[in-house]
Amino acid sequence: MLTQPDPAGFLPHARLRSLIAALRDRGYRCLGPAAENGAIVMRELDAEEDLPRGLQAEQGPGHYRLTQDPYHRYFAWANGPQAIKPLAFAPQESVWQVRRDAAGALQFEATPPAVQALAIIGVRACDLAALALQDAHFLRAGRVDAHYAARRERLFLVAVQCAEPAATCFCASTGDGPTPAAGYDLALAELSDGFVAAAGSDAGRAVLAALDLAPATTQQIEAVRQQGVAAAAAQTRRLPGRNLRDALMGRLEHPRWDAVAARCLACGNCTAVCPTCFCHAEMDVPALDGESSRHQRMWDSCFGESHGHLHGFNVRPDIRSRYRQWLTHKLATWHDQFGRSGCTGCGRCIAWCPVGIDLTEEAAAITEGAQP
Amino acid sequence: MNGRAHLDAGAPHAATVTARTQESPGIFTLQLRLDDATAQAAYRFAPGQFNMLYLYGVGEVPISIMSDPEERDLIGHTIRAQGRVTQGLAKLQPGDKVGLRGPFGRGWPLQEVSGCDVVLVTGGLGCAPVVSVIHYVLRRRERFGKLVIVQGVKHAEDLIWREQYDRWAKLPDTQVLVAASEGAAFWPWHVGRVTELFGLARFNPECAVAMMCGPEGMMRAAADSLLGRGLPESRLYLSMERNMQCAVGRCGHCQLGGAFVCRDGPVFNWGEVKALLAHKGF
Amino acid sequence: MDAQTAVKPRVAVHKFSSCDGCQLALLNLGEDLLALAARVELVHFAEAGPLDPDTEVDIAFVEGSVSTPEDLERIQQVRRHSRMLIAIGACATSGGIQALRNGADGAEWVARIYSHPEAISSLAHSTPIASHVKVDFELWGCPVSGPQMLAVVNALLLGVTPRANADKVCTECKRQGYPCVMVSRGVACMGPVTRAGCGALCPGLGRDCYGCYGPAENANTDALATQFDHLGLEPQAIVHRFQSINSQAPVFLAAADKARMGCDE
Repeated sequence: MLTQPDPAGFLPHARLRSLIAALRDRGYRCLGPAAENGAIVMRELDAEEDLPRGLQAEQGPGHYRLTQDPYHRYFAWANGPQAIKPLAFAPQESVWQVRRDAAGALQFEATPPAVQALAIIGVRACDLAALALQDAHFLRAGRVDAHYAARRERLFLVAVQCAEPAATCFCASTGDGPTPAAGYDLALAELSDGFVAAAGSDAGRAVLAALDLAPATTQQIEAVRQQGVAAAAAQTRRLPGRNLRDALMGRLEHPRWDAVAARCLACGNCTAVCPTCFCHAEMDVPALDGESSRHQRMWDSCFGESHGHLHGFNVRPDIRSRYRQWLTHKLATWHDQFGRSGCTGCGRCIAWCPVGIDLTEEAAAITEGAQP
Repeated sequence: MNGRAHLDAGAPHAATVTARTQESPGIFTLQLRLDDATAQAAYRFAPGQFNMLYLYGVGEVPISIMSDPEERDLIGHTIRAQGRVTQGLAKLQPGDKVGLRGPFGRGWPLQEVSGCDVVLVTGGLGCAPVVSVIHYVLRRRERFGKLVIVQGVKHAEDLIWREQYDRWAKLPDTQVLVAASEGAAFWPWHVGRVTELFGLARFNPECAVAMMCGPEGMMRAAADSLLGRGLPESRLYLSMERNMQCAVGRCGHCQLGGAFVCRDGPVFNWGEVKALLAHKGF
Repeated sequence: MDAQTAVKPRVAVHKFSSCDGCQLALLNLGEDLLALAARVELVHFAEAGPLDPDTEVDIAFVEGSVSTPEDLERIQQVRRHSRMLIAIGACATSGGIQALRNGADGAEWVARIYSHPEAISSLAHSTPIASHVKVDFELWGCPVSGPQMLAVVNALLLGVTPRANADKVCTECKRQGYPCVMVSRGVACMGPVTRAGCGALCPGLGRDCYGCYGPAENANTDALATQFDHLGLEPQAIVHRFQSINSQAPVFLAAADKARMGCDE
C-alpha cells in the first residue's frame, strides 16, 4: 500500500530509468505516456527521457488540451483517451479462421494472438478499477475469453497516484481513486523529488527488490496520503450516488432522454474511450483467393446502427434509445451483471464527447428527486 | 446450461447439409449433421436452445433448433431468408458445408411442468423454437395434461408445417388454433388476428404452463389474455430474440436490461422481462 | 456454391462524370487486383485496358454522376446490360463535387469560364446514379477504398449481399486509437456525421474529416453544427463543411440550408 510505510520504497526522479531498465531486464516491453496529437497516449518507451515531463491535461466537456505543469512532474496529466483497455481487449483481432478446399470442405482453427509480456507505466486508479470489471466480464468462470486472457496474464501494471485530477474526473465519488488501492503490480506516488513505490504482486515485489530502494520515510508516506486527500477534494464532479439502478430504471420515459438525444451525435466516442465498455461485433473477412476466411471481432458501440439489429428489425433505431441503453447499462443494469456500477469515474466520456455531454449531469438530471 | 456436451469453444465445427426443405416462399429447413461422428453422437440439446450457424466467408447467425431432441442423427433448423447470412444459407443444397456452434442458452422449463396442461402460443416463425416442445410432449404424452397449440401468421401462405398442424389437431387432448390475418382459398382456420383465439384455448389455469414465441406485441397481448384467465405469472414463459453474435454472453449486443439473452435466455419467465417489454428500445 | 468450378462472373467498370479516382482505387490494389482477376472476368475496364462497354455482365461498377445528356442515355444502357449494378464513389452516390452547381446558375458559370460556352453540353444538375436507374448497392467515398471494393466483390462471389456499414467515421477512428481531433485540437471534424469506410484517414493524420464518405445513419447534423458554432466557425464556414464533396446528399443538403439561414441573420 502506498500510504503505509512498509514495504514502500523511495525512487528518486533520477532513478526512474532504472525502473524501466529493470522491467526490460525481465523481458517486458514497456509502454508509457507520450504526447501525441495533443493528447497523452500510451506508446513504446525506450527510456525515461521519453516520458512527457511537465505536462498537464486540461479537460472539460468536449475539451482536452495539454498544458505546462509548473512543477515539472512526470505524471501531472490526469489521463488520456485510452489506457489499459486496448492492450487487453484488442480493438480488432481475428478470433478464428476457416479454410475451404476445392470440394467445399471446411476446416476451422483458432487464431491465438501473438502476445508479448507488456509493462504499462502510468495507469490510474480508475483504470485499475475498470480493468477489474473487464476481467469480471472476459474472464468469467467457465467462459474465459482466450484472447483477452492471453494478453491480460502478461500485463505488468505500474500505477501512479493522481495528484492533479482533471475537471472531468470523479473517481472519488465512485470510490475508485485517486490513489491506487489494488490491482497493480507496482504503484508510484510522485512527490517533488521522486516517487514513493509499493508493490502489489509477487512480480511487483521482485522488481522492487531489484531496484534496492531506500525505504520511504514517514514524512514521504504522509505526503502521499495528503496528496490523495487533496486530489479527491479537488474533484468538482460527482455522480448522485453509487447505485442509481432503481432511480434510472424507474425513469425510462423521462423527458431528459429526448433532450440529451437532441445533443448526442451517436458517434460512439464515449463507448470507445470508456475503460469498461466491452461490446464487440463479429464479422468475416474472406480472403481474395476464395480459399480461407478470417472471423474477426472489433470494438462495437451501442450507439451504432447494427448493435440493435434483429432479423429485419432494429430494437434501437433512434438516438434516444441508444443513449438510454448506454447510460442505463453503465449506471443501472451493470449492478445486475457485476454487482457494481460500470463507471469508475475516469471522466473520459465527458472530455472525449465531441459535443461535451456530461454523464454526471445527465445522471443527476434524470434521477433528480429519486430516493437514494 | 444443461450440463451436457457443448460445441461452443471458439471456432465452429464443420457440418453437412443432409436435407433441405422449402417450407414457404421465404422459409426453408436445413437438416445438418456434424462431420465429426463422435461430436454428432454426443450432441444434445434442450428444446428452446439455439445454435450459431456459420456460412463460409459471410458470418454466423443464431437459429433455434427445431428438430426432435430425441433424434440423434440430425440437427434441424427452420430459417427465414432475411439477412446476408440467411439469404446465403437459403442457397445451400444437400452436401454443402456449414459451421455450427452450440447449443446455447436456456431452453424451455420442461422438467418443471410435468403433470400440467401445456399452452403454446406462437406467431410467424416463432413456431420454430417451440416445435421441439411439441415433439417432446408428444413423446411423453402421459406426463402432461392438455396440449394447446396456438399459432398466428400474417398471410395464410406463411403457415409452415400445415400437415403437422392437421395431424396434431386430430390427437386426443390436443387443441390446435391457427389464425391468419389474411386468409386464402381453402384456409380451414380462423381469419383474423391470433389474439382473437386466445379466449378459445381450453386449459386449466391452475395447472398449466404457457410458452410463447413470436412478435413482442403478440406476446404482450397473449400474456394479458393468459394472465387474465388466471394463469400465474410464474408459469408464463417466452423466448426472446435479440442480436446475438457471440452466443456466450460476451459481445454485448443481446442485452435486455441486465440479462444477456443468449446466455440467460432466450427463454425467460414473464416476470423477468415484463417491465422492459413495456418500453421500446430495450 | 463452389467458386473454383463455377463460371467466372463477368465484371464491367463504367465511368460517367467523374475524375477516375475510384477506378484508380481499384487499380491501386496491385496484387490483390490480380488475385481478384483470377476469380472474375474483367470484360470492360477502360482505365485498366479491356474495352467492351456494351456487353452483358453480371456485375457493373459505375463510377461518376449523370451530368451530361450523353450520361443520361448511357446509364439506361448500362443498367439493361447488367445483372447487378453497384454505384461507387461520391459522384455516383450523391452527384459528387460537380453537383455544387445544382444550387447555382451553371450556365452562367460556363459562360464565365469557357471562351466557347456553346461547346459545353452539360445538364443543369449533376445527379447520382440511383436518380436514374435501380442501383443494387452503393459504395460511398471520394474515392472509395480498395478494401471496400474487394469486400463487395467477395460478397457477390459468395452469393450474398455486400455488408453495408453506415456507422460513423468515429468508430474506425477510435479503433485505430486516434485521439479525437475535435476535442484535442478544436477543429471542425465531420467524422461524427460521416459514414465509415476510409479507416479514419484524415483524423489519423491529425486533421479533420471533411465528409467525403457522405452522411452516416442517424447523422445528427444539428448537434454537430451547434458544436461547430461553439468552436467558433462562422455560419458560412458551417455551410461549407456540409457543402463539399457530397453537397447533394439529402442530409448534408438540409444541414447546409439550415446553416445558411444563420448567414442571413
